[in-house]
Amino acid sequence: MGELTGLTIAEARERLRKKEITARELTEAHLCAIEAANGALNAYLFATPEKAIDMAKASDARLAKCEGLPLDGLPLGVKDLFCTKDVRTTACSAILDDFKPVYESTVTQNLWDAGAVMLGKLNMDEFAMGSSNETSHFKPCVNPWRVEGSDKPLVPGGSSGGSASAVAARLAMAATASDTGGSIRQPAAFTGTVGIKPTYGRCSRWGMVAFASSLDQAGPLTRTVRDAAIMLSHMASHDPKDSTSADKPVPDFEKALAKKVKGLKIGIPKEYRIDGMSAEIEALWQQGIDWFKAAGAQIHEISLPHTKYALPAYYIVAPAEASSNLARYDGVRYGLRINGRDITGMYEETRSEGFGAEVKRRILIGTYVLSAGYYDAYYIKAQKVRTLIRRDFEDAFRAVDAILTPATPSPAFAIGEKSGDPIEMYLNDIFTVTVNMAGLPGISVPAGFSQDGLPLGLQLIGRPFDEETVLRAAQVIEDAAGPARMPEPWWRVAESPPSKTGKPPKKAKASAKKSS
Amino acid sequence: MTIQTRQENLIDGATGPWEVIIGLEVHAQVSSNSKLFSGASTEFGGEPNSHVSLVDAAMPGMLPVINEHCVRQAVRTGLGLKAAINLYSVFDRKNYFYPDLPQGYQISQYKHPIVGEGVVTVDMKDGYTFEVGIERVHLEQDAGKSLHDQHADYSFVDLNRSGVALMEIVSRPDLRSAEEAKAYVTKLRTILRYLGTCDGNMEQGSLRADVNVSVRKPGAPLGTRCEIKNVNSIRFIGQAIDAEARRQIGILEEGGTISQETRLFDPKTGQTRSMRSKEEAHDYRYFPDPDLLPLELTQGYVEGIEKTLPELPDAKKARFIRDFALSPYDAGVLVADKENADYFETVAKGLDAKLASNWVTGDLFGALNRLGRGIEDSPVSAEHLGELIDLISTGVISGRIAKDVFEI
Amino acid sequence: MKVDEATVRHVARLARIKVSEQEAKSLQRELSAILDWVEQLDEVDIRGVEPMTRVDGMALPQRDDVVTDGEIADQIVKNAPLTEDHFFMVPKVVE
Repeated sequence: MGELTGLTIAEARERLRKKEITARELTEAHLCAIEAANGALNAYLFATPEKAIDMAKASDARLAKCEGLPLDGLPLGVKDLFCTKDVRTTACSAILDDFKPVYESTVTQNLWDAGAVMLGKLNMDEFAMGSSNETSHFKPCVNPWRVEGSDKPLVPGGSSGGSASAVAARLAMAATASDTGGSIRQPAAFTGTVGIKPTYGRCSRWGMVAFASSLDQAGPLTRTVRDAAIMLSHMASHDPKDSTSADKPVPDFEKALAKKVKGLKIGIPKEYRIDGMSAEIEALWQQGIDWFKAAGAQIHEISLPHTKYALPAYYIVAPAEASSNLARYDGVRYGLRINGRDITGMYEETRSEGFGAEVKRRILIGTYVLSAGYYDAYYIKAQKVRTLIRRDFEDAFRAVDAILTPATPSPAFAIGEKSGDPIEMYLNDIFTVTVNMAGLPGISVPAGFSQDGLPLGLQLIGRPFDEETVLRAAQVIEDAAGPARMPEPWWRVAESPPSKTGKPPKKAKASAKKSS
Repeated sequence: MTIQTRQENLIDGATGPWEVIIGLEVHAQVSSNSKLFSGASTEFGGEPNSHVSLVDAAMPGMLPVINEHCVRQAVRTGLGLKAAINLYSVFDRKNYFYPDLPQGYQISQYKHPIVGEGVVTVDMKDGYTFEVGIERVHLEQDAGKSLHDQHADYSFVDLNRSGVALMEIVSRPDLRSAEEAKAYVTKLRTILRYLGTCDGNMEQGSLRADVNVSVRKPGAPLGTRCEIKNVNSIRFIGQAIDAEARRQIGILEEGGTISQETRLFDPKTGQTRSMRSKEEAHDYRYFPDPDLLPLELTQGYVEGIEKTLPELPDAKKARFIRDFALSPYDAGVLVADKENADYFETVAKGLDAKLASNWVTGDLFGALNRLGRGIEDSPVSAEHLGELIDLISTGVISGRIAKDVFEI
Repeated sequence: MKVDEATVRHVARLARIKVSEQEAKSLQRELSAILDWVEQLDEVDIRGVEPMTRVDGMALPQRDDVVTDGEIADQIVKNAPLTEDHFFMVPKVVE
């Protein structure tokens, strides 16, 4: 049973096509693994076994007639930021309570149209605001990786913590995730998985709960670069329902992997060598540089002068957009409602009880920087800094084809270790946030391990809509670093057959639910 | 543009004459099939929340896509107001909380509206003609509607109108009396109907005005203005201005000061009353909507629309005066409504225009009013009326007989 | 850039989020710390720089004026905490 959940998408696709395995077996193996592991990891909010088995049967029917769809039978996890038709969607916030959308997000619909199977909804930071999955209303998610010889629970990163943890622990073959300031790439680095944020506009944002509209992008979390290429080709699409969706054909990213990297020019930005960077991160970076040289690529020192201003500018732009994007959560049309003395009281009580501390902090910062008298001093200035950040990259890409940097300033840290000081937590995204601000594609690929045996990732950044080069370059790192290793499955209780009704894992019951 | 003070516009207060300064923000609902940023219908009426899409109801993850026809209608309106068309405009979010505003923000245009400065020429009954400056026109979403009389403790929210396209037409404070304001709104409605960009139907709320009123001693600096929101008939606009002017004069003459606030006009009492408690001046935190991109038009696109404009009221009136030797007054009455003007032109073919005009504005309009019918379903066709008048002028029958024939 | 408690309350009021005595104190510290940290943006020379309004030189996509949505009142109110005859119900609003 465990062997099936270890397959990559590419391998499973092949064996399904050859009818060596059935979609149903593959799905049940995953449902069983989830049952055994989720108590310890809390990666899934809940599984959807009936739906998964139905979808697997449909895939098997098509596969039997050799009319298999590209992703037929492949079991995936879905970050709870994506609205899933008639399946509870909460963005891990109390304020959405028992919200069951009557619509499916474009990204997930694309995957189901390609025959993929939905295993369930994955844990995340509330409204995707966080870098450790600790702000989730449904308790933190735990990283499958641990420091050697210790059983202290580590964070899987965020905000797509559940997605990363599930993929690393073989509870899903791949998972959908989202990235506003690093929320795919940072958890990928912390869990030894591959995570790509495509160019802004590549994936539709329709039906994806909004955090910061000008920064949010969907992307896959997988165990190999090839799997990421396969998933991205299907998640991405031009969507007339999203005015910021790029009207560009989506290439077959898997094919791009065949091209060699000889002569590829790789940029090394000196500003990313931040003071206080640990020796092991420095060594990891140098290792990556050597691998590229060995593969025949050229290394160029480049400069991205406004790098250090990206994070503070991000923490003006993202909260500003979030404060407006989250105004719709008012207890009137869906989700939690706490009554107050009057309509204003109802708003204030509902939003005070419904939002967690980090979400409130960002809404208030965002409201402040947009409020009378501060708009020019903060918001306009941040948007101008953003132009400068983008210009830095445009200049750099005249000289190089891709940029190599560390993905995170440190390996995974312990749950609770950094949740005291908001800014210390924000610094987790220092290498990733520049990519969102400039709207560029960026990938995190496993490249090695810390002395404590924790996975570390390297980041590759590409030109707008040039995901092909980013994936190709990432393949060089993966080939050199070796395939993703699986952490010791300490989280598995005795294997029990999949129970018929996948009851949701224990979760904090949202406060008194109203009749709907 | 300096506005000369007309004696008849002054209001006599205890301490002498006062001048009223009025500016209007008219909200005109764009004539279109579907809403500004969603595919739901704009049809008036309908079951509660039936003309509502997931976007209009601000469901999580919903995104706006702009309606091309509404953009075209806004440009058409701008051209009809002889205004500058801004080839680059931006949609901003106006953030505030209200139950009939589901997103918690209204998509509007703040610093970069689609239409710039224009002008409306207004003719008063006594022949006085003056110009009202148009500061700007922008596109924005309408809000939904709340019913407060359905339940003791609850208001009922219907989002049918939420997201319908509105054009906000902002005038300069060039109006000096209730009558001038009423004449301005009437002329504006005529222009919009000629253009086909708004049906001007105030009962259905597709045309309504926010009236800004302040008073001052002639020649003194501008006083503090109050805004009277959502006045939805031309008659009420007049009443609201008079009531508000009197209220302000009363306060000032007792040595008080006017505090800037939003008020409502109550037709039952004929007075205005303060609307929201002024806990804090509204801070709408405008910023460009990140779900949209700037709207960029080409000069060719604008010129293409310009070619499709109909003959507008001012031009038609001038032509009627020139070709039919009608008095400005008669010409003005006829062009006030496009259908009336077209009817008249058919009647007047090859006839004495003055006679035709008298018959149309006098006898026909009188009969139509009695029957409560519009010109479109007049029992007498323009051609028949033309033949009847022809018989009079050729002396076959006298005017009096013609009147009897007409009454049958 | 210090933010005092009164500002925290004012901003919370704009954002319609009730803030307790204790929360106001901690938010005052946290928001001030974040805004101090953001002050470093003042070092950037932004003269003559345009704010970024979009990521790529795309034109605003536009939709035909066709009715493609609506007539789904049941679904619109399906998740409503309180609804009657397809209306949303909210505590009485005094105009």
